[in-house]
Amino acid sequence: MVLIKRIFAALITCCASLPLFAGWGDVNMTPGVNALSREIFDLHMTIFWICVVIGALVLGFMVYLIVAFRKKDGDKPAQFDDHPVLEMTWTVLFAVILAVMAIPATFTMIRAYDDAEGDINILITGHQWKWQYEYLEDEVSFFSNLSTDLDQRNNIAPKSDNYLLEVDEPLVIPTNRRIRFLITANDVIHSWWVPDFAVKQDAIPGFINTAWTQVDEEGIFRGQCTELCGQYHGYMPVVVKAVSPEDYELWVNEKKEAKIQQALLTEKLWSTEELYEIGEGVYQTNCVACHQVNGEGLPPVFPALAGSDLVLNDKAKQIEILMEGVQGAAMQSYAEQLSEVDIAAVITYTRKAWGNDASGDGEIVIPKEILDYKNNKL
Amino acid sequence: MSAVIDSHSDDHHHGPAKGITRWLYTTNHKDIGTLYLWFSFLMLFLGGAMAMVIRAELFEPGSQIVSPEFYNQMLTNHGLIMVFGAVMPAFVGLANWIIPMQIGAPDMALPRMNNLSFWILPVAFGILISTFFMEGGGPNFGWTFYAPLSTTYAPPTVTFFIFAVHIMGASSIMGSINIITTILNMRAPGMTFMKMPLFTWTWLITAYLLIAVMPVLAGAVTMMLMDIHFGTSFFNAAGGGDPVLFQHIFWFFGHPEVYIMILPAFGIVSHIIETFSRKPIFGYTSMVYAIASIAILSFIVWAHHMFTVGMPIAGELFFMYTTMLIAIPTGVKVFNWLSTMFKGSISFETPMLFSIAFVALFTIGGLSGLMLAIAPADFQYHDTYFVVAHFHYVLVPGAIFGIIAGVYYWLPKWTGNMYDEVLGKTHFWMSFISVNITFFPMHFVGLAGMPRRIPDYALQFADFNMVISIGAFIFGLTQLLFLFIILKSIFAGKQATSEVWEGAKGLEWTVASPAPYHTFETPPEVK
Repeated sequence: MVLIKRIFAALITCCASLPLFAGWGDVNMTPGVNALSREIFDLHMTIFWICVVIGALVLGFMVYLIVAFRKKDGDKPAQFDDHPVLEMTWTVLFAVILAVMAIPATFTMIRAYDDAEGDINILITGHQWKWQYEYLEDEVSFFSNLSTDLDQRNNIAPKSDNYLLEVDEPLVIPTNRRIRFLITANDVIHSWWVPDFAVKQDAIPGFINTAWTQVDEEGIFRGQCTELCGQYHGYMPVVVKAVSPEDYELWVNEKKEAKIQQALLTEKLWSTEELYEIGEGVYQTNCVACHQVNGEGLPPVFPALAGSDLVLNDKAKQIEILMEGVQGAAMQSYAEQLSEVDIAAVITYTRKAWGNDASGDGEIVIPKEILDYKNNKL
Repeated sequence: MSAVIDSHSDDHHHGPAKGITRWLYTTNHKDIGTLYLWFSFLMLFLGGAMAMVIRAELFEPGSQIVSPEFYNQMLTNHGLIMVFGAVMPAFVGLANWIIPMQIGAPDMALPRMNNLSFWILPVAFGILISTFFMEGGGPNFGWTFYAPLSTTYAPPTVTFFIFAVHIMGASSIMGSINIITTILNMRAPGMTFMKMPLFTWTWLITAYLLIAVMPVLAGAVTMMLMDIHFGTSFFNAAGGGDPVLFQHIFWFFGHPEVYIMILPAFGIVSHIIETFSRKPIFGYTSMVYAIASIAILSFIVWAHHMFTVGMPIAGELFFMYTTMLIAIPTGVKVFNWLSTMFKGSISFETPMLFSIAFVALFTIGGLSGLMLAIAPADFQYHDTYFVVAHFHYVLVPGAIFGIIAGVYYWLPKWTGNMYDEVLGKTHFWMSFISVNITFFPMHFVGLAGMPRRIPDYALQFADFNMVISIGAFIFGLTQLLFLFIILKSIFAGKQATSEVWEGAKGLEWTVASPAPYHTFETPPEVK
């Protein structure tokens, strides 16, 4: 008995120290950073250990059978073929074990499924392949794109620590406030997952799902899309930054101020070079996935921009496509995602890059034109 | 003299035809069984090659050998081909070969339909695979093909995929009608239901499941077809449709489908454990009831695949409880197998090794399934590698080990020669070790947060993924040895007796090895 205890203790120590081996990463679920995630972690561990004990008993018994009843010369196998009392006993035993698991699971489930309004309500919209965050109270809205560059993905540059788990603009939330997420999608089904919050909720076009969290500690928490959503499914991470309520207020005010500044920029006089430079950055973040770095696209699904007649000579149509998207194709509307300056800049970039400058009309688009397009629509 | 002439003309009419027409026109259950088995073997290697591409891409972080788009095509077709092309046809092949011999019937009840249900399968897979060479590429939306990724946002070849699924469904339904008709009508005199061999029992129940759910799958793909080409909006939210409806329909098919892929393996393993323990199967009656319970429960658990779609809490709890209930009949089966071994006289030939590994590793897969059933915990497990680990544990060392065990068990009956036992054991140990190297670490990366179906991953998952890939390459290569062993046993090997295994019970062991082209033309008497 002592021996069994010691073996068991050694095994547990072994399992527990696995994460300590450098470079192997975690081997277990994260306990997370709030009450719900810790409760789910505890539930997971309870069920895990019940399963380990059952598994160890079954496999241990099996090893015993294999050793004890292997064929020997002249042995006579028993010929019994049932034992109703024993069979009834273990059937009832299974039911009891399951009930023991089901009871705590039910209470945790009820706590997880709480869709009461939050102190802060954030609408999360999944797009192919980025997340949009809208703060319903503060009227702040932005898109969050993967910021790992292509050179890292193509093994040209060394990979950063947060390879594929970093974005250009994280979701910012205050600590110690109840945050409710309203989750939906614009095109296909996505799923918004932050393991540290134990929040995983499918983002489904036409539906709004709810989830909630309340984070105790400041920090940066990373997750990923967990529903296959097309070719760049693996490249739409979720990054959440939890800050103190005071810092959160500051951040909201900064975002509002930036929005006003952005509007003023449409009045500014822009040079071709300035627009080209901004446009190149916008293109790298938003367009390369489909239209590729060299503008050749991936026909027939993603058309080429280099040498495209539309890009060369039809400025008005190009603005319309950027603003409205293309019905029934992956091309979405960027009117909400990008500022007037960014849209004008990226159009200018595509009309100048890859030799398009020489073969087309070479006209640039200025932010004012985008603003006019918006105003004419109203 | 006339007797000699009679027997000669008898051979002429009833022996196998020569050349390709033997296989094209055959209505013989043994020939059709052989066709099914070779077809599924071919598909196993095709689907396996796709798995190798997946594991090569995931060998290290960063883009390796294929584009994300092609990676999605690989993972989709790996799933489709393994499920519909490898596992299901293998079981149908075994059913064709073994069921008539187990119940003392001369052939299947509907031999011409039997021919048709096989020969439309290569057509279906030909269509599916041809999409790789078309504009837009093959299906890339996962084997679960959730709308609207598989409708509005699918490549144009999705129409061919839909057609292929329809044909596969027709093949399965015809095969099931045949199996049910055979079992219900053609049992030898005296073979009552509760005397039927367990493999026949599992297939009877599986065939009912297939007839119940294949039309549901056909309905789902037809609705997709309507959405894509005829302007309906079943799954299109913008037109008033419901993308979640697709998942409900799909999993109403899909969950019974996963039991379709495991129940016949339960039957095979029961026979093998009984034979090599030299002891009757423990709890035959409870085995039959457990299989039936699993089948019935399989219709009311489907939404456990959908705990994160935003169901009402009553739905979450209902599907959690029903799913947990499945552990009871499954546990009964595992305990019955162990009790069969208890006080037996066990020898460890290759079929027995694979069967013992089946029980052990299926138990691990079953326990991780129990964890996944816990709805709140599933919020963390769902769509991660933990799920991938779970279903590969029940499908590879589960269903596929069951099939391999069955092949080794009945191979001497088919070829008349014993397979090479040393090579068989080598095959077992290589497979057993590499299957665990492949799938066990997936539990770790899944719990640590790696989502499934991604072509590239964060750095903390790198080491385990390399281990997984190495395991997968070894497992893949090992199966070439299996092919060699089978070929070797066809052409050479120790002559098998009709009983083949010491103490093997059942009518199939009363006929000669190899089994004559026609068996039980006069029904045997079962006492």
